[in-house]
Amino acid sequence: MPLTLILSRAVSAIVTLLGVMVIVFVLVRVVPGDPVAMMIAPGATEADIAALRAHYGLDLPLYRQFGVWFGQVLHGNFGTSISLKQNVLTIILERLPATIELALFALALAVAWGTFIALLSTAWRDTWVERCIDGFNSIMLAVPDFIWGLTFVLVFGVLIPLFPISGRSDPSLNQNLTTQFFIIEGLLRGRLGFIWDVLKHMIMPALTMSLPLAAVIGRVLKNTLMDVMVQDYIVLARIKGLSPSRILLQEALRNAAVPALALTGVQFTFLIGGTVITERIFSYPGIGNLAVDAVINRDLPLIQGLVITFGTLFIAVNMTIDAMTAWLNPRLRHA
Amino acid sequence: MSPVIDIRGLSAASQAGPVLRDVSLQVMQGEAMALVGESGAGKSTIAKAVLGILPAAIRVTAGGIFFAGTNLLSLPERQMRELLGVRIALIPQDPQTSLNPSRRIGDQLTDGLRLRAGLNRKDAWARALALLGDVHIRDPELVLTRYPHELSGGMRQRVLIAQAFSLKPDVIIADEPTTALDVTVQKQVLRLIRNLQRDHGTALLFVSHDLGVVAQICDRITVLYGGKVLEQGSTAEVLRNPAHAYTRALLAANPRYDQPERNLKPVPEDLIAELRRENGG
Amino acid sequence: MPRDLRIVLGGGFILVLLIAALFSPWLAPFDPLEQDLLIATAPPMQEPGHLLGTDSLGRDVLSRLIYASRIALTVAFAASLIACLIGTLLGLAAGYLGGWCDMIVSRLIDIWMAFPPVLLSILLVAVLGSGLHSVIVAIAVIDWTRFARVVRAETQQQARLEYAEAATALGMGRGAILFREILPNVLPVILVLLSLEMGIAVIVEAILSYVGLSVSTDTPTWGGMIAEGRQIVHQAWWVLVFPLATLFMTVLAFNQLGDGLRQWLDPMLKR
Repeated sequence: MPLTLILSRAVSAIVTLLGVMVIVFVLVRVVPGDPVAMMIAPGATEADIAALRAHYGLDLPLYRQFGVWFGQVLHGNFGTSISLKQNVLTIILERLPATIELALFALALAVAWGTFIALLSTAWRDTWVERCIDGFNSIMLAVPDFIWGLTFVLVFGVLIPLFPISGRSDPSLNQNLTTQFFIIEGLLRGRLGFIWDVLKHMIMPALTMSLPLAAVIGRVLKNTLMDVMVQDYIVLARIKGLSPSRILLQEALRNAAVPALALTGVQFTFLIGGTVITERIFSYPGIGNLAVDAVINRDLPLIQGLVITFGTLFIAVNMTIDAMTAWLNPRLRHA
Repeated sequence: MSPVIDIRGLSAASQAGPVLRDVSLQVMQGEAMALVGESGAGKSTIAKAVLGILPAAIRVTAGGIFFAGTNLLSLPERQMRELLGVRIALIPQDPQTSLNPSRRIGDQLTDGLRLRAGLNRKDAWARALALLGDVHIRDPELVLTRYPHELSGGMRQRVLIAQAFSLKPDVIIADEPTTALDVTVQKQVLRLIRNLQRDHGTALLFVSHDLGVVAQICDRITVLYGGKVLEQGSTAEVLRNPAHAYTRALLAANPRYDQPERNLKPVPEDLIAELRRENGG
Repeated sequence: MPRDLRIVLGGGFILVLLIAALFSPWLAPFDPLEQDLLIATAPPMQEPGHLLGTDSLGRDVLSRLIYASRIALTVAFAASLIACLIGTLLGLAAGYLGGWCDMIVSRLIDIWMAFPPVLLSILLVAVLGSGLHSVIVAIAVIDWTRFARVVRAETQQQARLEYAEAATALGMGRGAILFREILPNVLPVILVLLSLEMGIAVIVEAILSYVGLSVSTDTPTWGGMIAEGRQIVHQAWWVLVFPLATLFMTVLAFNQLGDGLRQWLDPMLKR
């Protein structure tokens, strides 16, 4: 039964992705500014411009351009970047690991922090501690990534310079690597100093992205925990003489986590969207930063490639969450 | 012989008014005492007071609940927790909601054995197997690995009964344990509780609204109405020669299979009015 | 915080901004575009009259801050009103008419929301070209879904209530019912969303000008100032701090206003 559910979700997601691709394709083609004009050297002739246009297939009618491009995409050919003069797929794959590591790190931070304040707030309910945490949480929810990021730049970059505020790692340390997955490869190779350096660079942007998500998790999980804590089996656990901390962690948390996961699922995808501006603020070399540059330069092939990439990431995240929800709920697992 | 549970002059009240009025009852060692009354009579309140889980809305205004010489009502929470599960246990009303849906039966059953009796996982699991045998569950090894939603209501209640007896408590509170079960299963479960109770010599406080049910397994009966004890005595006495008109009316209200032509008689209106007046409104 | 305090504080701050925006030429001590390289990156209070210091081109930070409120508020009001209009109309239609109209609108909303808002806004502005009008259109086009979803749900609920049926029985046309009976009851929710939306619009505009895709770089914007401040954060922290703080307070003010309105209108919503 879960299999059919997953399949139908996949189909729905792909349809959405296609819709998005079409929209973006049309949008960037409607660009008033002429991308080709940005690439030519002064003094080029009409013939040169026409040739360049033909090379990029920009002289064909719109629907045929889409057909051509779609066919290419299915073959894995994402075209060549206009601004960077390289194969689009290569560029994206080069920068993708940095964003993935950053997003995962931010996710881990958000889950850890969110769960912690939810548990704390439940354990100390009806006290000033709970009110304090609620207030703090509201602030965290209201403030967008943009402001957090720049505040961190100020506080930890200038005021109390603890962490670097740009880049991904010290150039002297990141030599001789085969992949761009710095953390994973660093772990495999045992280069602890390198890992520490990468983490130091990642902590600020990751923290920026994690705070709004942590606030959402904190609030949602607390609500589900409060719902669970009045259930009969919790009362029985108390009558069995189990300690309050054991009840919270062993009995309540696992039942509260599942609905909380379902409710926060959408927020995870916002995290990926958040990489765009956060990477920009911290000059972090991932696909978010790349996307901003691509748009400023009106680099059509690159923009399209990135749209597909982000769309695929969303689908992957959504499907992972669906799978996790199904797996965690024993009732669904055995259905 | 001293009572295991000694409730003396217990009075409690909520915002809406008095909930318990000067209730006194004793459960002796090895004895099964029934606490009978209609909804709202206060029997659940007494049970919750003993277990220390009274809702915040209800306050005790007088009296005490004595267990092994200590007044449970004035016991600090930590010490109360020591007693709960080990010396005082509960068979809850609803087997559907009283088991954690996300934990396996075995894990929930061995909680007390591992954490309070100090058994290691293997020994606890073996002990749990034996316990499931005591409550007549087939394929106990399989059941231990299952989740609550995979068992029937009757099986779940048996697990909860096994859980209550697992640490050999001095007294067990049974809060309407058969109300949520099919009629066909009720009798078996009742018999099970009675046999286990007699075998272990555990005292039992059996809360119910059904005189017919408690008559089968309890030694003594306390009848409660509007928070007040109306009648108390051995089961035989109370059923054959009920002293109070209300008890008589309760008995008459029970349908009898051997006299189907006899109509169900509700408790007479004027009796209720008189009882209400006695209780002050 | 009690709802009245929220409304007063939030609304009060917005009012201050409004005054700053309307009366900028009188309130600002200096011309925001006037450069004076001799006093570039001067700390606050160091140069006479420059209370908040100067930036890398010697322009007065305070004056630029005041003038930038014009952009922020223009975008806030215009973009959110347009988004509100689009979203409300579509939401009303979908919620009241149901059927395939609802199906189309819901699908549209789903596809729209599949896109990360930041990416989409940057994309749209790149497509539409930089300038105030494109920023406003971009924000409105992206965020109408926020209104549509809520209005649709609220309309569906309202349409089921008795007074709507009563109106039908009285022979009122569908359009009349929609606009004269249902809309007034959906209005409180819209108002709350509007306030929150303005806060979001201000942020998006700031992000766009941070990245350089908003108005021309001469016109002072908080985002632009922040971008510059980020570049020289080690040398001149004040160029980043003051616009950032103002932006934060503005967003907070709109949020508090929205929350206060929601609390105030809550008993009216629960019918």
